[in-house]
Amino acid sequence: MPTDIDKRRIVQIEEIISETPTVKTLVFKDRLSYFAKPGQFLMIWIPRIEEIPMSVMINSKEGYAAVTIRKFGVGSTALFDRKKGDLIGLRGPYGNRFILRKKYRKILIIGGGTGLVPLLRLVSFASKVKVRSTIVIGAKTKAEVFFEKVTRNIIRGNNSSLLVCTDDGSYGIKGTTVTLMGKLVRDESFDCVYTCGPELMMKAVLDISNQNSIPVQASLERYMKCGIGICGSCCLDSSLVCQDGTVFDGRQLSKMLDFGFSYRDKDGQKIHYK
Amino acid sequence: MSIDDKNYNLSVELDKIHLRNPTMLASGILGISQSIFERLYNENIGAVVTKSISVDPMKGYPNPTVIPLGCGSYLNAVGLSNPGLHAFSKELSQNKNIPIIISLVGSSEKEFSKMVKVFDSLNILGYEINLSCPHVSKMGMEVGDDPEAVSKIVSTVRMNTNKPISVKVGVGSVDVVELSRIAIDAGANMITAINTLRAMSIDVETMMPILSNRIGGLSGSAIKPIGIRCVYEISKKLQVPVIGCGGVSSWQDVIEYMIAGASAVQIGSVLGSRGPRIFNKITQDLKKYVEKKRVANISEIIGIAHRY
Repeated sequence: MPTDIDKRRIVQIEEIISETPTVKTLVFKDRLSYFAKPGQFLMIWIPRIEEIPMSVMINSKEGYAAVTIRKFGVGSTALFDRKKGDLIGLRGPYGNRFILRKKYRKILIIGGGTGLVPLLRLVSFASKVKVRSTIVIGAKTKAEVFFEKVTRNIIRGNNSSLLVCTDDGSYGIKGTTVTLMGKLVRDESFDCVYTCGPELMMKAVLDISNQNSIPVQASLERYMKCGIGICGSCCLDSSLVCQDGTVFDGRQLSKMLDFGFSYRDKDGQKIHYK
Repeated sequence: MSIDDKNYNLSVELDKIHLRNPTMLASGILGISQSIFERLYNENIGAVVTKSISVDPMKGYPNPTVIPLGCGSYLNAVGLSNPGLHAFSKELSQNKNIPIIISLVGSSEKEFSKMVKVFDSLNILGYEINLSCPHVSKMGMEVGDDPEAVSKIVSTVRMNTNKPISVKVGVGSVDVVELSRIAIDAGANMITAINTLRAMSIDVETMMPILSNRIGGLSGSAIKPIGIRCVYEISKKLQVPVIGCGGVSSWQDVIEYMIAGASAVQIGSVLGSRGPRIFNKITQDLKKYVEKKRVANISEIIGIAHRY
């Protein structure tokens, strides 16, 4: 097994799964990515166009992994437009991971959109060690719900549950992940909350977890140039998402003034979340 | 454990600047956030040099901008991305005790004087003028390769500040010692040597250059012997402090640069594998070295190689 995660691997996209009209999963063979820990990310090179950090999606085939991309900026759109057989470059996986403590029996997973990617890798691991998960998938509307089937496959026979909610009530439970989380933590007890998704959602998840004294871990996303602690683009306060994260716990997040408040643009200026 | 310079003799003097130890953050690395500077200071860094700041914000080049090459070497063409004069002076406005040197980049004397007029009121140690970035047109090395422009820019900065000025030189078409002499004659107080070296990397599967800018600058272990040579030659010819830079990843590298003639040493690329705590590690190791060698103050080893 190659151990130098910095060494660029060129892989072929072997399968493309269309999740929604704007979200695709690209499957490739790469042993290091197959063994990625939940929360780790790859720097994905789209030759002559961009290089972007992407969380590592699980794939059922041994030795395979994937990335799930939402069409958004230059890099993500270029990746979204790749065809089966196209070559992309990989380096990583980089960063830390979600921690599943031995004493945990029941965990709550709050995922928004492509934020589900690192969480599904965690749920898959939790299922193997008989930890029960309650998974909340949130989307604006029915057409934007994805990963439902893959999640059901991962938790089959594990006594875990999946709840889907949409803001407009067109599918599953009507409401946001945050309102649903509020109800869940009132009715049941959880050993830890794990979240990834839009930052303002994660901020709300942190607040509810703190109010209910439940440990929480979140995987954060920031613009990155290097992915390895050199450029400083991904800093929140004095932490680097690439090197110190992507996963931070509730204690760390509660101290970060930038969390849920601001991020750095390509030129390093602070931009406030609206 | 914090290092108290009264006990351990790691302090060095760079013109009017007193540093508690000779380690500095090299420009271009992590240099945009006051919170990060505070973290580095808590890791026992001697001083930080900011990313090179220009009058207007610069987004830099698209990715890939940084490539780990293995063996402790890196290739980058970030393209001098920085938040610009206004946003950055706001970033540093609350600075009290962090020893910060601002790196400046620009293409005209007017730009440099505009920046120094704003930055001079901040709580900073001084300036480093970047005349050697090898991959941005009309800036950096393209200025550094023009001795007349170097002289004009350095004189302009000199006229606008009493704070110490270092000029960061690189290996370009003008001899590094000659360029350093021009900078000193124009009013610089010291020299930082060296910047990255123009370099390139191509992927053999896709047959494409990897950096979006195609050409970038080589840093890390691969360039250390070139940095050592430049520091040796500059410090031999000119009676000014020289700050060594290029491929420093351990206490041995710091010591080697100092023996070659460096009064302080900048550290950058190694943060890609070791993170900010490398500063504390190196500082602790330097302390052990001076104790073992029974050197009263680390500055006694500066330029010892010139005896041979």
